[in-house]
Amino acid sequence: MSAHSITAATSRAKWVAGTLVILYAVITMIPLAWILMTGFKSPSDAISYPPKVVFEPTLEGYVNLFTTRTRQTEEFLAANPPENWADEIVRQYDMVIVGPSKFGERFLNSVIIGFGSTFLSIFLGTLAAYAFSRFRIPLADDLLFFILSTRMMPPIAVAIPIFLMYRELGLSDTHLGMILLYTAVNISLAVWLLKGFIDEIPREYEEAALIDGYTRFQAFYKVVLPQAATGIASTAIFCLIFAWNEYAFAVLLTSATAQTAPPFIPTIIGIGGLDWPAVAAGATIFLLPVMIFTILLRKHLLRGITFGAVRK
Amino acid sequence: MSSTPIDRVAQATPKKVARRIKGLSDRAIAWIFVAPTIFLLLAINIFPLIWTIQLSFTNYRANRLNREVENIGLRNYERILTDSDIWLNMQATAHFLFWTITLQVLIGFTLAWLIHRNFKGNAFWTTVIVLPMMLSPAVVGNFWKFLYQPQIGLFNYIVSFFTGRDPSSFQMLGDVDLAPWSIVIVDTWMWTPFVMLICLAGLRSIPDYIYEAAEIDRASKFRQFWTITVPMVLPFLMLAVLFRGIENFKMFDLVVQLTGGGPGSTTELTSINLKREAFEKWRTGYASAYAIILFVTVFGLASIYVKALNKVKER
Repeated sequence: MSAHSITAATSRAKWVAGTLVILYAVITMIPLAWILMTGFKSPSDAISYPPKVVFEPTLEGYVNLFTTRTRQTEEFLAANPPENWADEIVRQYDMVIVGPSKFGERFLNSVIIGFGSTFLSIFLGTLAAYAFSRFRIPLADDLLFFILSTRMMPPIAVAIPIFLMYRELGLSDTHLGMILLYTAVNISLAVWLLKGFIDEIPREYEEAALIDGYTRFQAFYKVVLPQAATGIASTAIFCLIFAWNEYAFAVLLTSATAQTAPPFIPTIIGIGGLDWPAVAAGATIFLLPVMIFTILLRKHLLRGITFGAVRK
Repeated sequence: MSSTPIDRVAQATPKKVARRIKGLSDRAIAWIFVAPTIFLLLAINIFPLIWTIQLSFTNYRANRLNREVENIGLRNYERILTDSDIWLNMQATAHFLFWTITLQVLIGFTLAWLIHRNFKGNAFWTTVIVLPMMLSPAVVGNFWKFLYQPQIGLFNYIVSFFTGRDPSSFQMLGDVDLAPWSIVIVDTWMWTPFVMLICLAGLRSIPDYIYEAAEIDRASKFRQFWTITVPMVLPFLMLAVLFRGIENFKMFDLVVQLTGGGPGSTTELTSINLKREAFEKWRTGYASAYAIILFVTVFGLASIYVKALNKVKER
């Protein structure tokens, strides 16, 4: 676009547009900023009226998130001085830290299931996408549509038979069960996105490699994979985000051992109801990695959320 | 087939040698590569779907293992389709779908239209706006419950700041009239950026020369908007609506955390109702029939819609 283009916006139009967009962005950020702030509030500041924007920051929420505490008698508290700064924080409520909370475990489950299912979806998805992209597969379009249509089922509808099946197979509340399930859900996204990325790699590269004496598999491994690395990485992040955020299957199919963070965070109870600073602290820790990934992904975002239908 | 150089080389090479050079045949590789995916989907999607269909004709209850399972034919389907409560859930879902999509299309398109002015720093602000959409709906929904609290909640406080109403005089989540809107607001907050991104791609796909030609023909800006911009963005917009429609028809996590379907059943969307039937009342057979009805509905509506979308694209 040249500087004198008749289609370019005037500087005043740009200024108005910019102001409105920034206004929207600021409004949209308020809830997220509030989560971040609440995590550093004391329980009484968190529920004060009017809501406090300026407050004295404390790590209470984070301490409550990671620990379990019990109330103790004054004699006990006097006899055992606080061991560290975290202990000191809970002492103001006549409590002592007795051990870690379940949050660490739940978070770790999210990591294991998220990365496990992402690895598996990418592994299977890359192979399938390569085959769909390069070979003539009978009924390829129907198969691809079938793969996509598995996403249209409401998760609860899928969960009914999965629940029964996992109960028979002993996969209920196991990491393996959740990894397989999330892989099955993510694979449609992986195949569709990766096929798009591989379609963009010129066939000539592989053909040259094949003529040089590579086998088809070597050509795939040594020529196509490195070329598709960016596409594979961004697809992997999308799969990871989905598995990370998933709630419906997690709440229905996991409880004690394999429960992930999303069903756990809303259940953090403090004195007299939900412990909002601890909930906010958990949410902050849980949401932050996704925000960072989103920023890294911004160039491929559109492609990811539309299953490759819009490529920009 | 034989147009690629490698096929020509392959044809010119004796069979045995060709096999050694190429390793497995392409066909074998194709199947080895595709089979695991198809197998996984058959095991975790199709087999369960068939099982659901089979269960939907029975009175099976997953919490009573010793009870005899009877085949009751189409009774489950009959009961669901004549149940007035389920029509209320459908209405709640329709209200949610209609308003979320309308608001997201209006706000999303406007934002995209503004960002397309290419003001300074638009890329940065676009990334900021997009953030909510990638977050966990359950965790975010749970936190919005806090924002919606009367008295202490930030949402009520902001509303009262601008309208002067007492912040404890209304309950977004507890009021029968307001609760359906509370879920529309959060979903719109979360997913407007999705529509915006797709519209932006649509706007950017319109070549400048079309506007230049219109300018030379002295078409007004208003006319350019309705005869160039809107028709050319429409296929993109329709795609966005398709995605949002399917996703919101399945909506569960966000709303369950916000309202749990209440008060009463005013925000009990079909997925939440289905969960109650299947995992709280344990009417597995009945819930299976319900699931099949929902699936057929989404699938049917989506197919009709895709046909319409393709027609628009062809134009």
